[in-house]
Parts: sequence; structure tokens; C-alpha cells
Amino acid sequence: MIEFGFGISPSSRINLDDFDKEKWNKLVQIEPEILQCISCGSCCASCSGGVFQNVSLRSAILNIRNGKTDSAMELLKGCMLCGKCTMVCPRNINTRNLILSIYKTYSEK
Amino acid sequence: MKKNVLIIGGGPSGLEAATILKKFNYNVILVERSSILGGHLAKWDRLFPYMEPAKETLDVLLSNIDGITIFKDTEVNSINLLDKSYNVILSNGITILADALLITTGFDLFQAEKKEEYGYGIYEKVITSAELEEYFKTLNNNKIDNPKKIGFVHCVGSRDEKAANRACSKVCCATAVKQACEIKEKYPDADVYCFYMDLRMFGRGYEDLYLKAQKDYAIRFIRGRVSEVSEDINKSLVIKAEDTLSSKPIRVTLDLLVLMSGMRPSSGGEKIKKMLNLMTEDDGFFSTKDSIYSLQHSKLAGLFYAGAATGPKTLPDSLHEARSAAIQIHNYLNN
Ligand code: SF4
Ligand code: SF4
Ligand code: SF4
Repeated sequence: MIEFGFGISPSSRINLDDFDKEKWNKLVQIEPEILQCISCGSCCASCSGGVFQNVSLRSAILNIRNGKTDSAMELLKGCMLCGKCTMVCPRNINTRNLILSIYKTYSEK
Repeated sequence: MKKNVLIIGGGPSGLEAATILKKFNYNVILVERSSILGGHLAKWDRLFPYMEPAKETLDVLLSNIDGITIFKDTEVNSINLLDKSYNVILSNGITILADALLITTGFDLFQAEKKEEYGYGIYEKVITSAELEEYFKTLNNNKIDNPKKIGFVHCVGSRDEKAANRACSKVCCATAVKQACEIKEKYPDADVYCFYMDLRMFGRGYEDLYLKAQKDYAIRFIRGRVSEVSEDINKSLVIKAEDTLSSKPIRVTLDLLVLMSGMRPSSGGEKIKKMLNLMTEDDGFFSTKDSIYSLQHSKLAGLFYAGAATGPKTLPDSLHEARSAAIQIHNYLNN
């Protein structure tokens, strides 16, 4: 068969009806400060990992809240746990602990 | 002989100005077109950012009205500008020769059905912020039936050229955040979403309220304007917006949607505008003499404004303006 290269692209839409509330509640329980994020971007602006790789705590938090946890994990893979983001977060989130907690919650399938 | 000051509009600004002008020893007459005093405050349950009961606030205003001549259920039929006074004929047949006029006609809420894409008046589970406030007061609204997923739409009829109003209504962000906390208090298991473009939490204590909404009530704030609402077969509401922070379309099914109706010039004010050919700005609210020093003055001698008649204001802003107007009127009548 000739391959014409057509295909159906998966929807990129966020569907909050499919959100996994159980895991989210678990994460909020160990790191409630995640609720306080205002998506300001300070963490990413100061991120040493983000200079070289696609690291973004801001987007990771957003992705988790939008049910896209795999993308969130992907965005934290390059994190070196240097803690610079903790020093700048205006909402005083313990971002380093948050990153570890995200790992703990979402890497166990 | 005591001089006459006529106040048009019995909301918070009108009541506060009346009280002070009475203390200055003027003969104060207040006209209110409806049968209740207090304007929108009388319909509200609690006030942002500290959740004070609206009734207690109104009771303070109403405790000082002795000695003021108040005409409720009364409209202004005509106003004629004489040499140094205004000849005002009321719908109850009374004529008043006023040495000064204070216009405190306030605002009307934007009619949410005009934003047809949000489905107000079409879908059962779409209500306005005013209706939710009334529910908090009475705990009676058959559209609110143990909701599990609740959304708030900011800027309904504000910041929207399509609704013929470019301006921000100033109070609806803080009101939405307050109401989101309150509904979560009533229904702790519910998921609550706020769809906003910018969160304008500018006043003292407002940012704390926002933090509380995030931290203690787990309200989800989604930056993006709701584009359309539809109803599914179970009468649930399907909301479409973009999460502009992640550049992706977002969809959620809700069982209650609250529209934050903005502030529009009041129809009572429009009537007065026509009678005296008063000036208004692009936003439809009355023009003040200048924008810094003379916010209570109009271009006409002896005619003053206070409160939301000159644009969206918070309650404390309106009360400040009422006090300021009382002083300006006193200065005017003593010159
Ligand atoms: S801890 Fe990780 S996310 Fe934070 S600044 Fe360092 S590398 Fe970036
Ligand atoms: S710095 Fe803090 S508040 Fe800002 S985006 Fe990062 S985690 Fe959120
Ligand atoms: S106060 Fe907030 S909700 Fe109201 S019009 Fe302004 S930005 Fe929109």
C-alpha cells in the first residue's frame, strides 16, 4: 500500500472532565503549596537547567492541573534540584520539595 | 432660611452624603425611584475582601437618616435650571427649589442575556453574580441543586467591545473570588473554576483573599475568556475556553455557571442626563469637571456627582466620594 503520509493527529485539547483527582489530592496533601502558584514564570526565568534543556516548573504545574502529567514529568526531567527557583518564587513555594513530590506522586503508575 | 439640597438616588452614596449635609444644617431631600433604600447593597449578602455582612453596613447608613426628607417610589419628572437654583418636579406632584443637586444614580448591572454565547436565560444552570449573592442571603434558588462543578466567568459585559463596553467594572474580580470561596464553603466537594483575563485584585486585602481562595479553597484559576457555553443531554453545561498559559483549548463540564455581570450607567441616570443635557464619557457614565481635583463637580454650577454615577467604584470609594461631595456642596453654598 502506498503511504501518503496522512494521519489523524491526537487532540491537544485539555479536558478537565478526565482529570485524575485522586492523585492530585495526594500531591496536594504532601505539598499543599502547589495551590498557590500564580504562573508568574520567575522559577523558569532563574532556572539553570532551563538554559540548556526544556525545564519549566511553571508549565509542569499547569500541565498537572490540566491532566497532562506525562508532559509535566518531561518538563522536570532536566531539573538538577539546584533550588534557585525556591529562592525567587514570589508565592514562597518550596519548589524543590514540590518537584520531588511531583516525582513521587506521578512516577508510580 | 435653610438651603435645600436635593439628592437623586438612595443608594450608599446618596445616603452617606445626605447624612453629612444634614449635619451641615441643610434641608436635605432624597429621591429614590424604588421602594427600598441602599441600592445594590440592599441586595448583597457579604462584602469583599473581609466578608462583612452587607446588612450591617447598610444599617449603619440607615441609622442616621432622621431629619432627611425621603421620597421613595418617586421619580424626577423634570428639572429646570433657574438663575441660581434648580426647579425640580417630582412624580408625586411635589416641586422643590433646590440650591444644589447631587446625582447619586449609581449603576445598573449589565444584562447578561446580551452575551448570548454564555446562555443566560437559555440554559437553566447559568446564573448571574447578583443571583448567587441573593442565594447566599436566602439559600433559595432551584437552579443551585448540590452542584459538583462550578464555574465563574469574569468580565461579562466588561472589557468587551462586542458588548459595547471597553471598560473594566473594577469590582467583579474581587466579587468572583469572594463568591468562589463562599460557594466552596457551602459545597466543599465541588470543583470551582474561575475563568479570568487578568485578575484585578488591587485593593487592600484583595491579594490576601486571592491567596486564600487558592490555598484554603483550592479554587482553580484559568486564564482565558470563555468563548461559548452549550448544554448537553443531561442539562450539564459544556464550557469552552483557551488556557492561554499553556496555549491549549480547554473544555470542562459544569453544573453551575456564574456570570460576573459588569457595571453599566443606570437608567435613572440616563433620564437625568437628558433633562439637563449633561455630558457623559465614552463609557456612558457622567463626565466630571476634571479627572483629578474636581471629581464631584459637573460643568454646571450647583450640580454634583458622587459614587458609581461617574464610573465603576467599590463601596468604600463611593462613600468617600459622598463625603467629598458633601464638603464641595457646603463650600459652593457658602461662597
Ligand atoms: S531546582 Fe530545578 S527547576 Fe528549580 S531552578 Fe534548579 S534546575 Fe530549575
Ligand atoms: S515562581 Fe512560584 S509562583 Fe511563579 S510560576 Fe514558579 S512556582 Fe509558580
Ligand atoms: S474587575 Fe475583573 S472581572 Fe470585572 S471587568 Fe475588571 S477584569 Fe473583568
